[in-house]
Amino acid sequence: MTITTTKSAYLKGIADGAPFILVIIPFAALFGLLATEAGLSVIEALSFSVVVIAGAAQFTALQLMQEEAPTIIVLASALAVNLRMAMYSASLTPWIGGAPLWQRALAAYLTVDQSYVIATAQYEKEPKMTIPQRMGYFFGAVTPIVPLWYIFTFIGAYLGAQVPDGWALDFAIPITFLAMIAPMFRTLAHVVAALVAVVVSLFATEVPYSLGVIVAGLIGMMAGAEVERWLNRRAGGPI
Amino acid sequence: MIDKTTLWIVIVGLGLGSFFLRFVFTGLVGNRAMPEWLLRHLRYTAVAVLPALVAPQVLWPNATGGDIDPARLAAAAVTLSVGVLTKNVIGAILSGAATLYGLLYLLG
Repeated sequence: MTITTTKSAYLKGIADGAPFILVIIPFAALFGLLATEAGLSVIEALSFSVVVIAGAAQFTALQLMQEEAPTIIVLASALAVNLRMAMYSASLTPWIGGAPLWQRALAAYLTVDQSYVIATAQYEKEPKMTIPQRMGYFFGAVTPIVPLWYIFTFIGAYLGAQVPDGWALDFAIPITFLAMIAPMFRTLAHVVAALVAVVVSLFATEVPYSLGVIVAGLIGMMAGAEVERWLNRRAGGPI
Repeated sequence: MIDKTTLWIVIVGLGLGSFFLRFVFTGLVGNRAMPEWLLRHLRYTAVAVLPALVAPQVLWPNATGGDIDPARLAAAAVTLSVGVLTKNVIGAILSGAATLYGLLYLLG
């Protein structure tokens, strides 16, 4: 389906975001459950998800608060987990930087791993999309995801039941992220970027506040950029 | 028990901080041109950051106390392979989940 209007971009965004419903529902419910277990009220759990919308950072903050870490450490650690969002913001800028400020602000609030990845994948696939179409696609992609993040945080907190370990919900996110990334290995540069990032992150697991991920990501990006330059040179193109 | 004041400081602080991180470039740079070397690096953000995020969880999952788990390792491999071959996100997620639950059941 080729995007021809803002509306068709929005609809395509919804279609491409829809698979993540499968993962967002259990993940949001799990946050709600754990939050009430930690002593948060339903309203507090829901506020957390609405204000922050960042799964991994919320889990981190919740865990550290339970361990009675100092507030500043809780904030610093959870924000470090979210530091990749700044990289996503930089990466989105060439595509949507020309949109009206309120749209950029709304898109910033709605930037999560899923919306970022599918949006940039789509923008690269159809570089001729207009800025309104790009924004339409982005807002479409979050339409099936973000409301469910709120609703199932609420339901999880409201029901407050135990999740059996056998459900292996810890692995919902790794599986989703791998599934999101797999279609993006279009060139050797993409593959090298991922491999280098993985190797560095495995060596950097002891780096505090999850900063190892950021370091690994940056080194992976440099590796990808270098390979791209090398491929271009070999093809006789511009450096 | 989490102190209520701490909780709200964390919710609001994390909300504001996260918004800042998400808005810092789209908001402040806007449509000013970015240098080519920077754009070249940014093209690899997703393929570098997400694998770096999941790799330790795949190899040393918290659920098994950090021990390598054949079921999770196989599930990750199947998800990635199906995703690369079919480019179908939902197919990859479902194959990975089926592998995970199948092996967890078989291996007890």
